[in-house]
Amino acid sequence: MVKNLQPIVEILEKAFEAQAAEYRGDVTLVIPRVRIVEACEQVKGLGFELLSALTAVDYWPEENPRFHVLYQFTSVSKNLRLGLRVPVPGVTPTIPTISHIYRNANWRERELWDMFGIKAEGHPDLRRILMPADWEGHPLRKDYPLGYEEPQFTFNFDEIDLRKPYAKE
Amino acid sequence: MGLEKKLGNMGVVTTTLEQAVAWSRNYAMWPMLFGLACCAIEMMAAEASDYDMSRFGMELMRPSPRQSDLMIVAGRVSRKMASVLRRLYDQMPEPKWVLSMGDCASCGGVFNNYAIMQGVDEVVPVDVYVAGCPPRPEALIHGILTLQEKVKSIKFAEEKK
Amino acid sequence: MVALGEDEPRPYEDFMPDIFEVTVDDLKHLVSERAVKGETMLLNMGPQHPSTHGVLRLLLELDGEIVVNCIPDIGFLHTGIEKNMEAKTYQKAEVMTDRLDYLNTVGNNLAYSMAVEKLVDLDVPPRAQSLRIILCELQRVASHLIWLGTAALDVAAMSTFLYCFREREDILDIFELISGQRMMTTYIRPGGVWRDVPVEFEKAVRDFLKMMPKRVDQYEALLTRNPLFLDRTLGIGKITAEDALNLGMTGPGLRACGPTWDLRKTRPYCGYEQYEFEVPTRTEGDVYARYLVRVQEMREALKIVQQALDKMPLGPVRSNNYKFVPPPRSEIGVSMEALIHHFKLWTEGFEAPKGYIYSAVESPRGELGVYLESDGGPKPYRVHWRTPSFDNLQAMPLMSKGVFVADLVAIIGSIDIVLGDVDR
Repeated sequence: MVKNLQPIVEILEKAFEAQAAEYRGDVTLVIPRVRIVEACEQVKGLGFELLSALTAVDYWPEENPRFHVLYQFTSVSKNLRLGLRVPVPGVTPTIPTISHIYRNANWRERELWDMFGIKAEGHPDLRRILMPADWEGHPLRKDYPLGYEEPQFTFNFDEIDLRKPYAKE
Repeated sequence: MGLEKKLGNMGVVTTTLEQAVAWSRNYAMWPMLFGLACCAIEMMAAEASDYDMSRFGMELMRPSPRQSDLMIVAGRVSRKMASVLRRLYDQMPEPKWVLSMGDCASCGGVFNNYAIMQGVDEVVPVDVYVAGCPPRPEALIHGILTLQEKVKSIKFAEEKK
Repeated sequence: MVALGEDEPRPYEDFMPDIFEVTVDDLKHLVSERAVKGETMLLNMGPQHPSTHGVLRLLLELDGEIVVNCIPDIGFLHTGIEKNMEAKTYQKAEVMTDRLDYLNTVGNNLAYSMAVEKLVDLDVPPRAQSLRIILCELQRVASHLIWLGTAALDVAAMSTFLYCFREREDILDIFELISGQRMMTTYIRPGGVWRDVPVEFEKAVRDFLKMMPKRVDQYEALLTRNPLFLDRTLGIGKITAEDALNLGMTGPGLRACGPTWDLRKTRPYCGYEQYEFEVPTRTEGDVYARYLVRVQEMREALKIVQQALDKMPLGPVRSNNYKFVPPPRSEIGVSMEALIHHFKLWTEGFEAPKGYIYSAVESPRGELGVYLESDGGPKPYRVHWRTPSFDNLQAMPLMSKGVFVADLVAIIGSIDIVLGDVDR
């Protein structure tokens, strides 16, 4: 671990009873869901001004926890990186919003709702961002199909041609 | 002595109506700016000075559909964009042509999934398909020349109303 | 959506989803109260527009000519790349990475290759590092040339567009020389690069380097002290460093506000620490400052290419860890292990260890990061792309309060967004 990062990680470990994991130079802490807003405020106070990434991973068919939401912070003044992971259950997935602390979390949490169905509590404007407004389903979940069409080779060209929609005018 | 030799001094040329109309349609065809993704960059490169498309009459690219005859769909069309595409096609006045540039517009390309329309001919009727990912500017120009051949072969007796 | 076998055309409202009819009530929480009262006008700057650099839809609330509020609506180019990459093996998924930010194709390949190398702990030989840096910096110059051409076109400087594209053709000729493709090269792969460069490569790059700095001077002579250009860009679209950091802005947009944050200097990767170059910064944070920063970055990129070309070592261009990197074709006819590795890699793919990493590079737009998680199988379990234009675009509503509509066009041009990056 980088020398400057060690005292910051120790402060966070003590405050949230978490254990820091290090893999190939990246440091990550697992924080419980109810304390994430507090953790983000503390991280911002410790000098991490930039929220680099906010995304989630789906571990279906494990039901509890089904999602892991991850946050990646960067400190421009001290040149450090830190990651936080939050386990979220699959039944009614919600996570408290941090868009009042880091403003670019606004669109990132909208993307989280759109792609995974994880609602951000307290978000000022939660609607779909990448898919059309009347789309059903959450595409990046593991039980959502990829939606591909069957390739047309020479042997099945005609039978697929009958099913394909073509515009005539 | 043929009719043309006699009339030659008066500055008159005779031709058929179809040839004259095809000549004027071909060499003053105005494309509509419909660049969506990577193919749009190659379309811009074809417009720029190295592979000049204005030699073929396509000097102006009109952003308004009311003033253009050719829609070059350059790039991948997502499901959210499909209704916009159809609406713009309907706003173009007749006669109009569609050139589908690139693999994603012709058949879905590399992306075979829920978000991309598998070929723009699901919503608009396409006249010429240009393959490539992205097609070279020379390939696009070849597609345009093919379209010009197609326009030359339109017979008024069979033209759709 | 189809009118098969029907004689009269049906009105398209019959089969189109009505997503464009929004009323003021839907947007009440985003616009000011004056819109509800009817004092200001809501205008749609639609997905197809000559100045939005792609399919971006802006909902503007206008008071005469002045913009009161600007709400971006994205998603018209959403391609589902992240989900599609989960269905392919690590090598085959690299083809999709070119098409994310299509003006920085080599940089996307580099970001993905570095992420895979970090995950499986793969080494890269030094000749491959030098080649990677040369191509990445040439791609940076090409991307800034397109930005300059289109941004200048938006403020009505048409000749710059033609000059910039002429220079870009030289760079694309170099890409075609090494990989056969002008834009989507997929030349940089995990473990090194695809194959060694031909003998004409060095001469082509040196010729380009001799001619390019004078061309950059020509562009500056056209625009930098031009009173028309200054009128349109000086003092427009200001943003402070604190706001920019809070909004997640990175890249030249952030460097024009003050902080010197460039991943090539602060967290060097791929051998950048061996080369001397400066990171241009300014403090005003307006459109003109961003223009100056990017033009200077073009010059610094040319310096890096010069140094890398002079110091390029000889040696292999691919790692020889054949568990993850396919062996060269010449060995397959001779060695049995090479044949077995080749077969396994192309049919099944290599198996990455379980774990997750985040790795970032500096693209011409900002920090391009890849979050890669593996569950021990041959396909990535989750790939997330942290793209710079997504966060840079969130700064737009703040920058465009109280400007004219014509200035809005200049601001969009200066943020340098690529919609493939925003929508993925």
